[in-house]
Amino acid sequence: MQGASNDNVIRLDARRGPHRCEATTTTGRPCRNHAIEGERYCRVHGRQRANAPAIAPSESPTSDQELRDALVDLDAAPSVIDRLSAFMTRRLKGDYPIDEFGYDEELSREILLPLLRPLYEHYFRIRTLGMSRIPNEGPALLVANHSGTIPIDAVMMQYAVATEHPAERVVRSIGADLVWAAPFVSHLARKTGNAVACDEDAYALLERDQLVAVFPEGFKGVGKGWNERYRLQRFGRGGFIEVALRARVPIVPVAIVGAEEAFPMVANAKALATLLRFPYFPITPTFPLLGPLGLLPLPSRWVIEFGEPIPMDGYPDDAADDKMFVFDLTDSIRDRIQQMVYKGLKYRGSAFL
Amino acid sequence: MGQGKRILITGVSSYLGLRLARRFEHDDEVQAVVGVDLHEPPGPIGKLEFVRADIRNPLIARVLDSTEIDTLIHTNISSHPSRLGGRSQIKENNVMGTLQLLAATQRAKKVKRVIMKSSTAVYGMGPKEPSIVREDHDTRHAHLYGYGKDCAEAETYVRDFARRRKDIEVIILRTQSLIGPTVRTNMTDYLSLPIIPTALGYDPRLQLVHEDDAVEGFAQATHGAPRGIYNITGQGVVFLSKAIRVLGKVGIPVLYPAATTASSILRRVGTVDFPSDQLQFLIYGRVVDYKRAREEFGFVARYSTEEAIADFREHRRAGAKVSV
Repeated sequence: MQGASNDNVIRLDARRGPHRCEATTTTGRPCRNHAIEGERYCRVHGRQRANAPAIAPSESPTSDQELRDALVDLDAAPSVIDRLSAFMTRRLKGDYPIDEFGYDEELSREILLPLLRPLYEHYFRIRTLGMSRIPNEGPALLVANHSGTIPIDAVMMQYAVATEHPAERVVRSIGADLVWAAPFVSHLARKTGNAVACDEDAYALLERDQLVAVFPEGFKGVGKGWNERYRLQRFGRGGFIEVALRARVPIVPVAIVGAEEAFPMVANAKALATLLRFPYFPITPTFPLLGPLGLLPLPSRWVIEFGEPIPMDGYPDDAADDKMFVFDLTDSIRDRIQQMVYKGLKYRGSAFL
Repeated sequence: MGQGKRILITGVSSYLGLRLARRFEHDDEVQAVVGVDLHEPPGPIGKLEFVRADIRNPLIARVLDSTEIDTLIHTNISSHPSRLGGRSQIKENNVMGTLQLLAATQRAKKVKRVIMKSSTAVYGMGPKEPSIVREDHDTRHAHLYGYGKDCAEAETYVRDFARRRKDIEVIILRTQSLIGPTVRTNMTDYLSLPIIPTALGYDPRLQLVHEDDAVEGFAQATHGAPRGIYNITGQGVVFLSKAIRVLGKVGIPVLYPAATTASSILRRVGTVDFPSDQLQFLIYGRVVDYKRAREEFGFVARYSTEEAIADFREHRRAGAKVSV
């Protein structure tokens, strides 16, 4: 049974049956590759289309209004400047809203996310699977594996959901205190919608119907050595399960594959870490050998898979107080994500090419 | 004797106490107001009977009985070290004052309600504190200094008092920093600087309460709050960087260790009284939840944080007289 459900991970979209890419090759023949799950094109053509100019022949505007809009787009140079100046005026006057957590939607969507685009699309070449499993609205708890020395996996997941999900939802990750004590990082994390890793913040976000992401492995996950890559660490103390049970929100398991190779941590300079009060001090093939340049991630290929949501509302009211039950549930979710990671690795193939 | 509350306000010459006394002047539910402080409040206020006394003086017990007080509003907790002769003096007033006031109140027969002014400073600040702090947040592990510590200690005395006198309804109001046209607080001093020092690499969220809302919150709690602890704050938050821009000022980022020095220099020259124990604020900020006050006694601030800052800007620009 377990095996059968895990087949979903790689299987193509079953509801519509395996279908082929709708594009034609340069020789004029129909492309014979399988299409990406939930899309019309294969990996090769899908990416070409994404890079193609805004008005592709197959998607030419129909109504007059759309045509006019498209023409305005073509004549984009002044309008970009207009938009930019309007944006700058708004920012300088302080005329923009933020929520109580400090999430600045405009800054996030207009400035920060576009900056990540090259990293996401061309450097890590991130592919997502099962994006439609994230509900379009209402609260949910994303539970993901954590890896890669520097927690860019959280950032990439946020980018993925903000751009590829039908509702373009914002993922609100909850991060450890180290993030909130660090200069620059802390206010960037605030403005991009993240919150503090504590029950209060998780509940407060879920109450506000947000999509909350947790990385239960914490520092044990990001700070684990290369020899332990893709082996999930202990899942905290099960706090996230208690939150999900009490708030009765579904858990969406997430497997992120690729971050391990981006910063392969071959050793941990523990003495230095103690000295600097870091939870670990990574030695990678390029860091600190190449100095700050070594902080550049390696161009690994990534796959992010969103699993089938696990409902949390069928349990008795006091389930969250039953520690044994919570531990069992924690383990089963950790197991599920571990399996998703293995499948994702197989699916991805070569780590860099 | 007629109907209506007989209220005693401690710290009646301080900003909040004075505003409350004026607020009750035309309140039909209030029959009489007795104000206690060391200095006489400026100008006559209807219904107000002023008693010059120190709350640490046992005389308070006699005042409570002879004036047949049924509601005690304790606002005599201050956060301005330099105005009351330094930190130890202010701690004496805040903590010992509360302790002795409660000792006197415990014997008072007619007191039915006690409303204590506290501060959201009791939650502390730090990288582990929740983004939005609720009243039931466990504050035992908070690292508190100065004003926050005073408030927390005074609160424990108030809670002990509530246990001993179960018949008295005890209400603790934790207020955010006040801002507005007339109030003067550490925050308004700070935001009035021509150039505003900030901590390099940090941009805390600001959440403030307008002075009128704070007074109204206390008045509403006096009349209608069930026993318990409530946050009193304006809704919404703004980043410090944005507040500085809205105020038309310039912020200069300072390395955090240097900020401690900068604050003591500014205090020395008397420009701004931003105690170093509150400097952490420049890094973490503090935002609290306002829902409990709304649900339990219907208090909703009329000014959001942003509107409160805008109101502060308008009046400061017009050169309104600042009360101390």
